[in-house]
Amino acid sequence: MSFVFWLLAAITVAGGLAAVLLKNLVHCALALTVVFAGLALLFLQLDAQFAGFAQILVYVGAVAILVVFAILLTRSSETPKDGGVFSRTWGAGLAISAAVFAVLGWVVLQSEAGLPREINVPNVTVLQIGNALMGRYVLPLEIVALLLTAALIGAVIVAMHEKGDAK
Amino acid sequence: MLEKADQLFILLRNWIVGFLPAGWQAAAGVVLGVIGIVAVFPGLFAITTVLERKGLGRMQNRIGPNRTGPFGILQPIADAIKSLTKEDIVPLNADAVVHFLAPVFLVVVVFMGFAVLPVGRNMVLVDMDASLLFYFAMGASTEVSIFMAGWSSRNKYSLLGAMRAVAQMISYEVPLLLSSVVVVMMTGSLSLVKIVEAQNRYTWGLPHWYIFTPWGCAAFVMYAIAATAETNRSPFDLPEGESELVAGYFTEYSGFKFALFFLGEYLGMLSISGLGTTLFLGGWSAPLAALNWVPSWIWFFSKVMLSIVVLIWVRGTLPRLRQDQLMNFAWKFVLPMTLLDLMVAALWRFLGDGWARWVVCSAILVIVYVAAGRAGMRGKHFGPRTYRYAE
Amino acid sequence: MTGFATPLTGYLLVAALLFAIGLAGALTRRNAILVLIGIELMLNAANLNLIAFWRYLPHPEALTGMIFAIFSIAVAAAEAAVGLGLVISIHRHAHTTDLDEMNRMKG
Repeated sequence: MSFVFWLLAAITVAGGLAAVLLKNLVHCALALTVVFAGLALLFLQLDAQFAGFAQILVYVGAVAILVVFAILLTRSSETPKDGGVFSRTWGAGLAISAAVFAVLGWVVLQSEAGLPREINVPNVTVLQIGNALMGRYVLPLEIVALLLTAALIGAVIVAMHEKGDAK
Repeated sequence: MLEKADQLFILLRNWIVGFLPAGWQAAAGVVLGVIGIVAVFPGLFAITTVLERKGLGRMQNRIGPNRTGPFGILQPIADAIKSLTKEDIVPLNADAVVHFLAPVFLVVVVFMGFAVLPVGRNMVLVDMDASLLFYFAMGASTEVSIFMAGWSSRNKYSLLGAMRAVAQMISYEVPLLLSSVVVVMMTGSLSLVKIVEAQNRYTWGLPHWYIFTPWGCAAFVMYAIAATAETNRSPFDLPEGESELVAGYFTEYSGFKFALFFLGEYLGMLSISGLGTTLFLGGWSAPLAALNWVPSWIWFFSKVMLSIVVLIWVRGTLPRLRQDQLMNFAWKFVLPMTLLDLMVAALWRFLGDGWARWVVCSAILVIVYVAAGRAGMRGKHFGPRTYRYAE
Repeated sequence: MTGFATPLTGYLLVAALLFAIGLAGALTRRNAILVLIGIELMLNAANLNLIAFWRYLPHPEALTGMIFAIFSIAVAAAEAAVGLGLVISIHRHAHTTDLDEMNRMKG
């Protein structure tokens, strides 16, 4: 296991912990951006170039900005009031996620996929991805396009000021 | 001999790397390339600052700086010394860590964009299969640093400027990407090296640059508009206009951090001009087949500096657009035109070779542009201006 | 540094850890936006899983894993947009994004 992998994994997990533990929401959003960037670098280490660049372009360039805008538009960036940042039922949540991690970890360590075997890097060029998207996967592509259009229109309608609203 | 002049930097790098043992040669080659980028582009940045101040001065009927050196050409050195020695003030309530990281992140991300530009024949730092995607990924990351700068200053003007800048950048990112996608579609590759090589052919002595085709010209115009907006340059510089928002998102920055923001912005300008010349103006290829003896990197840098001069010219000439005008322009005019351009480029491919496709594609683009422009102006009345003075 | 049997195990464990962290965030924080942040973390962990399997396991068709991950990125972005639009709309009505106070359907 190379040093680069450990470094990237440490950065990503630390960012994830910061994203769910910090009090100030904007810091959480910035930690989330660090997680996205760390994951993109992990993808690049796994020789998945297109996925890594798409991850940066979509997640860091758009989703992170979206989260930040939402934080600012709902005035959640001010310091939280009394009561703390964790909900009343935080114990149950923590227990559930610990249990999920335990199960997943046990499965991973136990499975056959972890046995050493011949690894050859799948050589996927952008040309092949393009051909696949337009050939074999054209139906999912069109459905995702429809989904994105619906999400765009839906988000605008949901977040729009209604007529006759007090504001 | 001319071959050597063209490949001068490659030969230099190979000579230096030849002194090292074989295991270190690849890494040393990359490090030398990085040193080259870090030396050349900030040098161009210095030239750009002088050009801008003198050029804007002349356009505004005044002389620019002329005290430091003949015609003020040593002004960047004076600016550098000034910004390094100024006091670095961080507001008391500001978020110190984020305040520090924002300019650093901006400069790092902008420098990463330079790694994929093909500066000359065989002269690109990283030749990836999807290098254009990498470039846009780096461009998208600059928005995060602008937001970090604006928010961490805890200043309403900074935050407002940062929000406006981010909204403007994400609005114009879509036309930027779509006008580049036209080029990618016609070349068949996302790799910038292949795009330049596809433009490096000559017919009757004239080059096959994409700007000389109808769809390429339209795409170049939209790319230029979107690039001007992406780098927050006039006429899209509302987020940093001094008469509007003090200095926008870098109000609270002084000294070296301000210099880093300045560097980041101008390097962004150079970077996006570099991409524009690679995509549309043929990168390092010469304008006429007869001029191929001039080294390729000279052509690249001349084209980039020409784009910079045009950007400065536009800054000195056009008034600023208001925020809602610029967002309207992006979503309601530039974006539909880029989509139309995609279809026209596809039509170009289907009509096959010959003069017919030139006429048809040019006609479609020009007619739609004129019609859309006229339709957009129909509701606007420009009567005589009235002023209200405070009593 | 301890090594795993294969690099694949390392990546899968990192993905599982990230998933658990995201789940913990989604279940324990009060602010609605943090729930969405947790959901994004979970989706990213799943993506890492997909790409790790694509890289390290043989398969008859080399593209499936990558395409799956790309579609997953697109769908996650759409879902984040709609989710955040919903949070903004709720804030406009209830003037708060605190999930503990949104109990009007209780009982």
